[in-house]
Amino acid sequence: MTRLSTRMRGKLGDRLLHAYTWLIIAWLSSPIAVMILFGFNDKKSKSNTRWQGFTLRWYQELFGISDLTTALLNSIYIAVASTVVTVVIGTMLGLALGRHRFKGRGVTNFLVFAAISTPELVMGASLLSLFVSANLPRDAATITIAHVLFSLSFVTVTVRARVVTLDPSLEEAARDLGATPWGTFRQVTLPAIMPGVAAGAMLAFALSIDDYVVTSFVNGSTITFPLWIIGSVKTGIPPQVNVMGTLIFGIGVLIAIANAVAARRRA
Amino acid sequence: MKRLTPYLLALPGWMWLAIFLVVPMAAMASVSLQTGNAIDGFAMTFSVSNYTDALSRYSTQLVRSLAYGGAATLAMLLIGYPVAYWIAFKGGHRKSMYLFLLLLPFFVSFVLRTISWGFLLADDGILFGTLKGWGLLPADFHVLATAFAVIAGLTYNWLPFMILPIYVALERVDPRVVEAAQDLYASRTAAFRRVVLPLSLPGVFAGVLMTFVPATADPVNAQVLGGTSNTMIGNIIQTTYLTNLQYPTASALSFTLMAVLLVGIFVYARVLGTENVLEAAAR
Repeated sequence: MTRLSTRMRGKLGDRLLHAYTWLIIAWLSSPIAVMILFGFNDKKSKSNTRWQGFTLRWYQELFGISDLTTALLNSIYIAVASTVVTVVIGTMLGLALGRHRFKGRGVTNFLVFAAISTPELVMGASLLSLFVSANLPRDAATITIAHVLFSLSFVTVTVRARVVTLDPSLEEAARDLGATPWGTFRQVTLPAIMPGVAAGAMLAFALSIDDYVVTSFVNGSTITFPLWIIGSVKTGIPPQVNVMGTLIFGIGVLIAIANAVAARRRA
Repeated sequence: MKRLTPYLLALPGWMWLAIFLVVPMAAMASVSLQTGNAIDGFAMTFSVSNYTDALSRYSTQLVRSLAYGGAATLAMLLIGYPVAYWIAFKGGHRKSMYLFLLLLPFFVSFVLRTISWGFLLADDGILFGTLKGWGLLPADFHVLATAFAVIAGLTYNWLPFMILPIYVALERVDPRVVEAAQDLYASRTAAFRRVVLPLSLPGVFAGVLMTFVPATADPVNAQVLGGTSNTMIGNIIQTTYLTNLQYPTASALSFTLMAVLLVGIFVYARVLGTENVLEAAAR
């Protein structure tokens, strides 16, 4: 076999792999396309699996199911609350782990890793065991506690990654020029780690608004958006759910693209 | 003051992890050894029977979960590796676009994504309904409520988590190393097998860990896609806790699941070699 024919075979292989990659992308995206499409389905029967014509009705009646609207609002409130708490304590933890050597650093690192690798199911079950043992009623507060727990490690890790790339001489310079510790943090450290903090915040928000498994253990009678959807699988998912999913998808993609464009401008 | 700074910074996060991760595990261990019921309350009796009962009653579902999780992980590895390979070596300046497209599904809620996947597989849905209408499929053909639907759902949901770490490992492979192998008269296959594949193993290891554990413990895919005959251990733990309120049995089951997964990871790490594990953990 000559070198040339090997190269031609290589070219063909690359083309096949290229097509295959697009095939996989299409497969991964197809349920999203279905979700968006069936938000426009003019369905007459109870189930929403067969295409019956185009309508914008479900967009007009988006908030027509009050339980669903409440569930979506609960999800948004909980996501905002847990993101705020997670970003504050996760950034502090990330700073401590990335910048300082201290006693117990190894144990803390292990706990951060353990929180990421515990299966959601076990996390939810153990939290419920605690709340039951402590006779604590389950509501939006316990959901928020749980969401902070599983988001915390992700924020900590993203902030820590940013902190270790930070040049300590910048902070020293600020102090030498007479800045207070708080002033140094606010005007030097925080702006420098901000991209990490922002990425962590977005991740925490996305994890919270999306969570079903952990929430299902600690929700009590509070219903969130994913819980409501699972609860209505048997009776049929109303098209409003598709519309809400489509809007969340659109907003998320827009934010991600804006973020990427901004990052490219900065570079 | 300065020496206290790291402790003050770490304190809130540390407390959160201690109170809501470590203490609950201890609470679950304690509940798993108690007996009683939801109405009269539970009392500590150190009864190991919760474990033996749970195992004898639900071993089918436990084994099924491991089998489905394992099958899905294997499918993800076989489907995902070529994608990661192509993007890492041939993606050029469009690498980040391909990665973004692969991550697109994550902008849709996990539950909704699984349901939409079920939509596609529905007996009279747009895919099979149309094919049946054309007479290309028998009228009683169905995929939903089979093991295949659940494994395909698990594969669908976690595939990007397999592709990304493999991509990261392959992206670090210097193309000149592969060229050098080919210059030394290694065939394309040999260069891949002897050079690229070993260098990508830490990524494969990380990918398998990131997918096998959540896929095995997942209750959603079995519930949405599996019908009644494909119940996994996640569903059992959920109903035992939330519907039947048998906290001791459920706790024992959760612990058993975690123990099985930990042993699995340990055996897997030993088979693949400790060096790879340390390397993967270092990333």
